[in-house]
Amino acid sequence: MTSEPRPLVELTVDGTPVWVPEGASLLEACRAAGVGPPTLCYLDGLTPANACRACVVELDGSRPLVASCSRQAEDGMVVTATSERVEHSRRLVLELLASAVDLSTAEPQLRRWLEEYGVAPERYGPPAPAVDGTAERPRPGHHAQPDGEHAATQAQPAKLDNDLYVRDFSKCILCYRCVEACGVDAQHTFAIAVAGRGFDATIATEYDAPLPDSACVFCGNCIAVCPTGALMFKSEHELRAAGEWDEERQTITTTVCPYCGVGCNLELHVQDNEIVKVTSPSDHSVTGGHLCIKGRFGFQHVQALEDGEE
Amino acid sequence: MVFGLGGGTSSYEEAEDTELIVLWGSNARETHPIYFHHVLAGIRNGARLIVVDPRRTTTSEWADLWLGLDVGSDIALANAVGREIIHAGLAHREFIERATEHFEAYRESVEPYTLERAEAISGVPAEAIRELAHAYGSAGTAQLCWTLGITEHHNATDHVLALINLALLTGHVGREGSGVNPLRGQNNVQGGGDMGAVPTRLPGFQDVEDDEARARFEEAWGAAVPPRDGWHLTQMFEAMERGELRSLYVIGENPAQSEADVQRARRLLEGLDHLVVQDIVLTKTAKMADVVLPAAAAWAETEGTVTNSERRVQRVRKALDPPGEARDDLAAVFALAERLGADWGAPDAEQVWDELRGLSPLHGGMSYARLDELGGIQWPCADEQDPGSLFLHGRLWREPLEGPRVPFHPVEHVPPVDELTEDYPIRLTTGRRLDSYNTGVQSADYGSPLRQPETLDISPEDGARLGVADGERVRVCSRRGELEAPVRYAEELRPGLAFMTLHFPDDVDTNRLTIEAWDPKSGTSEFKASAIRIEKIG
Repeated sequence: MTSEPRPLVELTVDGTPVWVPEGASLLEACRAAGVGPPTLCYLDGLTPANACRACVVELDGSRPLVASCSRQAEDGMVVTATSERVEHSRRLVLELLASAVDLSTAEPQLRRWLEEYGVAPERYGPPAPAVDGTAERPRPGHHAQPDGEHAATQAQPAKLDNDLYVRDFSKCILCYRCVEACGVDAQHTFAIAVAGRGFDATIATEYDAPLPDSACVFCGNCIAVCPTGALMFKSEHELRAAGEWDEERQTITTTVCPYCGVGCNLELHVQDNEIVKVTSPSDHSVTGGHLCIKGRFGFQHVQALEDGEE
Repeated sequence: MVFGLGGGTSSYEEAEDTELIVLWGSNARETHPIYFHHVLAGIRNGARLIVVDPRRTTTSEWADLWLGLDVGSDIALANAVGREIIHAGLAHREFIERATEHFEAYRESVEPYTLERAEAISGVPAEAIRELAHAYGSAGTAQLCWTLGITEHHNATDHVLALINLALLTGHVGREGSGVNPLRGQNNVQGGGDMGAVPTRLPGFQDVEDDEARARFEEAWGAAVPPRDGWHLTQMFEAMERGELRSLYVIGENPAQSEADVQRARRLLEGLDHLVVQDIVLTKTAKMADVVLPAAAAWAETEGTVTNSERRVQRVRKALDPPGEARDDLAAVFALAERLGADWGAPDAEQVWDELRGLSPLHGGMSYARLDELGGIQWPCADEQDPGSLFLHGRLWREPLEGPRVPFHPVEHVPPVDELTEDYPIRLTTGRRLDSYNTGVQSADYGSPLRQPETLDISPEDGARLGVADGERVRVCSRRGELEAPVRYAEELRPGLAFMTLHFPDDVDTNRLTIEAWDPKSGTSEFKASAIRIEKIG
């Protein structure tokens, strides 16, 4: 849609003057200055959840650090994005997450930040052993006191309750992106929200029902925005479990969905002539990166048939 | 084709910044989910949503106003909306005078459609019809969209004209934010029309019976183009019945399950001398064929283009090698041409496309390179400097008017062909569910947790009246055929209305019930309105 150009505001980031459109965030200003802070919960196109505190910066006149993703830039602001205080805070955020969450399948960018900030989660002690051998999480609100020697973790079994996608909350950093994509930022289905408090908080369906019994419509828009692989195509989950997932061998081809006449762009991730995952370009005007169940998962009819199938 | 081009006039993004969205005969939440994302963004930006649909669909759950009309009463309702707009002084006189013709005939034609009469015909309270009229008539910008609820009727074209009349009456076309848009049911319905896969048109909506247009194609192709309109699908079946059509080449269609009154369709297909089917799987139609040509799946195994419901031409690309001996449609057609003695060279999608660009002015500027670079281009796009068109018919707002006036087409309400009587008292309508598609060729095999086996959906009130329980298996009879199916109580249905899909024809052959009565202009059958009787078994 054509719209009037927005007036610019001027501020400084690490002493560099930058101009950004009115209404832009400090994150955009930092990026304009070439000092993009790490972002975990923030994603272009979604409302900032202001949850992770990884993108904090110093702002003159503000006692606490501010989350750059959700603070609007104003004329004359003086922002410090690179300082011992900021980096210490970011390191702590990343370190606490890395000590409690399995980040082995996280986006490469997230893993680069762990290195860049010298994150050392092992200093919180070895991961706590499973309480009852099953590593099942306690009920929300029933938090076990830590013993002071082990790192409390989110370890728990992956939820495999349907044929399309897997939820592994041992990998969840509670960035809220999935909640927003399921809710007001795209899908408006509101099948999931955060349940519980503090360390026991988790993303859950209503009454923690299995997905097929919940309001979920299996659009998979939550998978598309998940930065850690906590939400994953079942096909990817199975290939990883078998040690066969290999992005080096994959091609990504953009094409158009074969179903209704909306014309959603699909990125087909193909390994060994099999579609292993489907995404949509987040910058495309038709989809904004979002799909429905048919576009995301309805590709089985072009997969090689298993032996014995008709 | 009131405007001369068969396509939606707006872009999806216009739904995000408009005052009113009317979805008429469209369950976009389930059948066009990602278009509905744009509608949701519009609602969040303050747009009102009004839904006209016999069923209280998941789409209507998002509406400010739902008009639950009786199936096939759309024209009466639309005419009453038009009359009310005129009487309330909400017609856009300046637009009507400058850009349209035959307004007086239209005004006279809608005069008998009072709110009260429309209520009697449609079952929608007069006050709700009035509210729709005032909302549409007074909105600064409005999107009017429809789907198969408008076009799967014996008088489909009249249904569409009734809606377009409303846009002409209010000036809700040709401006950013305002437009009339058919949401296409299949991924390349629009592209098929654009490319001339309709019997009256050459590519780019050029008339087959226009000597000059035909001459351009004949020169490019070095061959004569038949100077008369061909048959559309429904006419082909009639020609089979008359014995005039003896051989059929079917590409990517499953008429043995998708046709209305399907038992008749199968009988006619069986009576052919020669049936060739080219498809990606062995469909029921393919199983009847003399020759089956295994095809590559166009969307994932070939190169080419498709056009969406906002006229955006986009590239499809080959991501997978097709299985076995499957070939892409282009290669199959080229090989066929060779057997018939014509050497078209090696099949190359881009070359074919470039030939098309040279012959269809709508597509002139759409090189593959530009389609890649711009993420698709919306026609018309005349040349390589043209960015394409966000919306159509801006000419209607230029002073003085550019080009011809757009005519109003007065249309009358005619009820569905399949009458409701004592013997067949329930109206059966058909449609899709979110996770499935048409006869299930593409959608039946993936592990959708939402999938529900086919049912006869009826209102709980009808269930109680007929003494059939939720889940009980019943016999369903129409004037053409019968079948058995389990009943599902559906809160979204009003008494007297039943609903089925076409998704599982191997289990429940819904098209045994439907009627082939078809629209003479579009050839579309009246899938939306059959009369049925529900019988208890045993």
